[in-house]
Amino acid sequence: MSDTLLTASGLTKRFGGLAAVNNVSLELWRDRIHAVIGPNGAGKSTLANLLSGDLPPTSGEVCLGGVDITGWSPERISRQGLGRSYQKTNIFPPFTVWDNVRLAAQSRQPQQPWNPWAWWQSASKSIAINDRATRAIELSGLQDRRNAIAGAISHGEQRQLEIAMTLATAPQVLLLDEPLAGMGVAEAQRMVELLLKLKPHHAMLLVEHDMDAVFALADHLTVMVNGQAIASGTPAAIRSNAEVQAAYLGEEHA
Amino acid sequence: MEVLPRSVRLLLVLALAALAVFPFVGSDFYVQMVTRMMILAIFAMSLDLLQGVSGLVSLGHAAYFGLAGYALAFLMPQNEAASVWLTLPLSVLAAGLAALVIGFFVVRTHGIYFIMVTMAFAQMVFFLFFDNKVLGGSDGLYVNFRPTVNLGTWALLDLDNKKTLYLVTLGAMLLVYGFLRRLLWSPFGRALAGIRVNEHRMRALGFATFGYKLVAFTLAGALAGLAGYLWGVQTGYINPELMGFHMSAHAIMMVILGGMGNFAGAIVGAFGFELVLHLFKDLPQVGSVQLGKHWQLWMGSFIVLVVVFAPRGLLGLAGWFSRRPEDGDV
Amino acid sequence: MDFPTFLIQLLNSVQYGLLLFMLAAGLTLIFGIMGVVNLAHGSFYMLGAYLAYSLSGLLGSLTLALMVGTLLAVAFGLALEWLLFRHFYQRDHLDQVLLTFGLIYVFEELRSMLWGDDVHGVAIPALLGDAIPLTDNLSYPVYRLFMSAVCVALALGLYLLISKTRLGMKIRAGAANREMAEALGINIKLIHAIVFAIGVGLAAVAGMIAAPVSSVYPNMGSQVLIMCFVVVVIGGIGSVRGALVAALLVGLVDTFGKVLLPAVSGMLVYMLMAAVLLWKPEGLFKQ
Repeated sequence: MSDTLLTASGLTKRFGGLAAVNNVSLELWRDRIHAVIGPNGAGKSTLANLLSGDLPPTSGEVCLGGVDITGWSPERISRQGLGRSYQKTNIFPPFTVWDNVRLAAQSRQPQQPWNPWAWWQSASKSIAINDRATRAIELSGLQDRRNAIAGAISHGEQRQLEIAMTLATAPQVLLLDEPLAGMGVAEAQRMVELLLKLKPHHAMLLVEHDMDAVFALADHLTVMVNGQAIASGTPAAIRSNAEVQAAYLGEEHA
Repeated sequence: MEVLPRSVRLLLVLALAALAVFPFVGSDFYVQMVTRMMILAIFAMSLDLLQGVSGLVSLGHAAYFGLAGYALAFLMPQNEAASVWLTLPLSVLAAGLAALVIGFFVVRTHGIYFIMVTMAFAQMVFFLFFDNKVLGGSDGLYVNFRPTVNLGTWALLDLDNKKTLYLVTLGAMLLVYGFLRRLLWSPFGRALAGIRVNEHRMRALGFATFGYKLVAFTLAGALAGLAGYLWGVQTGYINPELMGFHMSAHAIMMVILGGMGNFAGAIVGAFGFELVLHLFKDLPQVGSVQLGKHWQLWMGSFIVLVVVFAPRGLLGLAGWFSRRPEDGDV
Repeated sequence: MDFPTFLIQLLNSVQYGLLLFMLAAGLTLIFGIMGVVNLAHGSFYMLGAYLAYSLSGLLGSLTLALMVGTLLAVAFGLALEWLLFRHFYQRDHLDQVLLTFGLIYVFEELRSMLWGDDVHGVAIPALLGDAIPLTDNLSYPVYRLFMSAVCVALALGLYLLISKTRLGMKIRAGAANREMAEALGINIKLIHAIVFAIGVGLAAVAGMIAAPVSSVYPNMGSQVLIMCFVVVVIGGIGSVRGALVAALLVGLVDTFGKVLLPAVSGMLVYMLMAAVLLWKPEGLFKQ
């Protein structure tokens, strides 16, 4: 059984004349964290959008678990096994933490909105969904905040909720867009621990700016500048890559 | 505001008791008036499913209300009354089918587009009936008889009796309310609420939101059809204005006035809106000015004032004062 | 259909389309730049028509009426923007729908109180009263050509304003990024008022020049509004170019439809809209 869960080849996205992502290829394996780094505007979030289906690629292919998912809609890709968390916290603020995660877990039920049974059941009573949601909440450490309104919890807790919701969909591949954004030291440490806990069971793509976290977590790095992947390799190799140092790392980790 | 505060729930129960007793104490005129208000409450609740729960603002919802009325008018023969068992399902089905077809085009749009295309398609239906004598034209159609409610040869109910019609409508209103409340907390209802709050995230989580919205649109259309059918039964007359833009906008107003998303607000809003409308139309003469004649001015100003000062409606005002979280554990 | 008849229908299509464009351009601009949907936009069209009726009677000439009427309509529009609309730019579309629906009621009643409910006519100025002969017994009214000419001139003026002037640049900047525009010292409130005034002005002028041809009657605003919405949906919200293409398309489909397929002519435009929506759910020239 192959451990390569996601392959992207030659992904390009053009907006008019501008190539926000230009011929980028990468692979994701189980029990490996692949980080994508680069300066602002390098195209990292656009790349994430191409992989999750939020944007269709201009050219190139994406394969998930051996299935060609190029051009699929986000919901189809999600059901195929790719879970994404967002840079800008993307939750349901008026609902409680529990309701947020429960709804995410509900997505794994067969989707039959026309089925009157789906109008009659009580959503909160499904044992299977509740179990899945509980596990996701415990994994992300939010048990004590179950009943809090999602819009009222701290920023760091919202980032945790963001991950919990993604986990509740039981994905094989995790796409995490700046999970540490805006976090203080203690919160960031907790998040790093969580990500390490998730690693053995998932293939993970991490888009991040926090260099300490990246070098602590990543097994493999891809550096993007101006839409192109200028280097790809192990953290050590990247750190000593002259081109990367000049373009990006030089100012921070000389 | 999906969960109603205890005080509001108590008030609603009292109101329900009053409604149940009313036909035995009120005059025929008022019994008919309240029957009409309850019919509009069903119409408003059907719109609340779209607007309050799913976040879809439809400016063309009255099309399905009117279509069912027309279906009844067409199904009712010239010489004798047809049965409710035949006319009711067919009329509701007609409305639901129209909603399904129009919804298929309309639900793929978002935001302001959705508002505009729902209005455009409803106007199309309006002109279809308005311009064609075969369909009644601008004069509309008469519903020749009230439908029979028979079991075999035994007449269960006589819908010509105003009290009976009132109680049947009250029953229908309660059934629709119960059905929709149940739906609100079902997996389908929770998905709709999620779509309203953050459709993008719902798609990212794997929900096929188009399908959910289309089902909601169709269901809402069918329920609006139920209201339209009852309207035809009560008034005996259907005309294109019932499908028009003004009717749709009135429904939006009713839902907003009462407070969106919990269906009780739709009932309160329907009653409130009709009462205000009657108030303005019945204004007395002051000096040489017949105030009631200019009800459009008062109504328009009232709407503007509500939007400017109380956009979340009467129940919403109560919510603002008591500062509750919007959703939470029951 | 023979050529002269075809030519007449073509000219009618273009004239109707250009008139619709005047209204749709204002609606789409106001929505594209300020994000507000105005259901009462048709009321400005109606206002223009009624002003043409009153002022041409008062002042004796339609041309004078046009100038004075435009000023009055724009002043009214600016007052409305200052008093009500500018507080709704950041609000829910639902609130905007209700506000403008309430305004429709108010305007209808005010119109009834000020001008009554009768149908009125407006005289075509003598200068434009001729007809250009096309064949022995078919001719085309000069006034309709004049209407198209006015619309084309205004459309050109709008284009030049938006793409070639500094004001136009500020308008486009404000549409693209409000905060940045403000930070650059652009008076965004003034820009919004100007855009609103342009929208109102275009609608009112359309009403004024259409009055001699369509007559002046209650509800004329709502009838034209729905066509206007269809044009904006087909063209794409916020796109003035889209509004022009869509308006001409609607003009063609509606005019030729009435002649060639009278039974379904009322539905044709909506079927066009449905077809466009299947292909491009955000209009032909989405922004």
